[in-house]
Amino acid sequence: MAGIEEPFWRIWVYLAETPLLGLTVTLSAYLAGDWLYRRAGLNPLANPVLIAVILLVGLLLVTGTDYPTYFEGAQFVHFLLGPATVALAVPLYRQFRAVKREALPLLLALLCGSLTAAGSAVAIAWALGASLETLLSLAPKSVTTPVAMGIAEQIGGLPSLTAVLVILTGIAGAVLAPHTLNLLRIRDWKARGFALGVTAHGIGTARALQIDEVAGAFSGLAMGLNALATAALLPLLIRLLF
Amino acid sequence: MLGSLTLLLLCQLLGEVAVRATALPLPGPVVGMALLFVGLALRGEIPPALAETAGALLRNLSLLFVPAGVGVMLHLSLIGREWLPIAAALIGSAVITVAVTALVLQGASRLLRRAEHSAADSGPRPGPED
Repeated sequence: MAGIEEPFWRIWVYLAETPLLGLTVTLSAYLAGDWLYRRAGLNPLANPVLIAVILLVGLLLVTGTDYPTYFEGAQFVHFLLGPATVALAVPLYRQFRAVKREALPLLLALLCGSLTAAGSAVAIAWALGASLETLLSLAPKSVTTPVAMGIAEQIGGLPSLTAVLVILTGIAGAVLAPHTLNLLRIRDWKARGFALGVTAHGIGTARALQIDEVAGAFSGLAMGLNALATAALLPLLIRLLF
Repeated sequence: MLGSLTLLLLCQLLGEVAVRATALPLPGPVVGMALLFVGLALRGEIPPALAETAGALLRNLSLLFVPAGVGVMLHLSLIGREWLPIAAALIGSAVITVAVTALVLQGASRLLRRAEHSAADSGPRPGPED
């Protein structure tokens, strides 16, 4: 047995040390997820990010590769999050006039949404007996990853756990938001996009952009504003509560 | 393509510098987004090359979250221990937050529109009784 597997194993160990493998498996897993998503008729449950993460975690666990080794390659994909966030200014500018007209309602929805996101998550987890560590890591989960990690550190959560909860929140939001909004009969693309961005940051925005340009722009706006609002409000709120 | 990618990176870089210099509680790229937005507003239009590069990046935005998502493997034991409160909080909070945000926005926007209409009806026009 070892005679056949040994050479493959040695090649794997060699490749796992170079960025090439991490980068290639990330793109392959995502393409597989995207293919399944399309095959499933764009069903939100077949979320390509969720499928890719499951495939990759499975692969890394089976091969005994640790996360830092994987990230050596995957960091090149991760890095593009920065310029992509900057690029959100383009769809936002296209909606400039709509944003200006709705400035006041948007601000009100932002404040309510931001407080609801943190408050409801902490309340539900607390009621079901989560540890303090988990509660504090959960509070900033609707905010885009880098800001959420900073807030978690400031209020005493675990930044790396927060990063994961942020991604899971994004997936949950992208999966559940369309059904929720349909049930509530909210058809306005601005409201749909903005709600998705406040709840599910960049992953929600990615989903909104696939559906409608206006929804994408308002979702990107909501993501940026919610980062600002949560970073300003949450540490104050936690200090009052604990 | 190359020029607009450089512009995006430059905005991000300026954003990072601004965040470090002022201790703003924001990530550099979000400030970079605001800077690019101001630039576009001053220019009054979106250069076609920038629209193309931004479109290419944003069409694949989901992919960019995969590496961070795989980080879930670092916390499998904690998540295994507290899976119920975590799952319930993420799912419950997502539904509640989407609903609250969308309903508040729709309600407030209707109120504003009604206020504008009644202001337009009664306000600026000089009535016959004046």
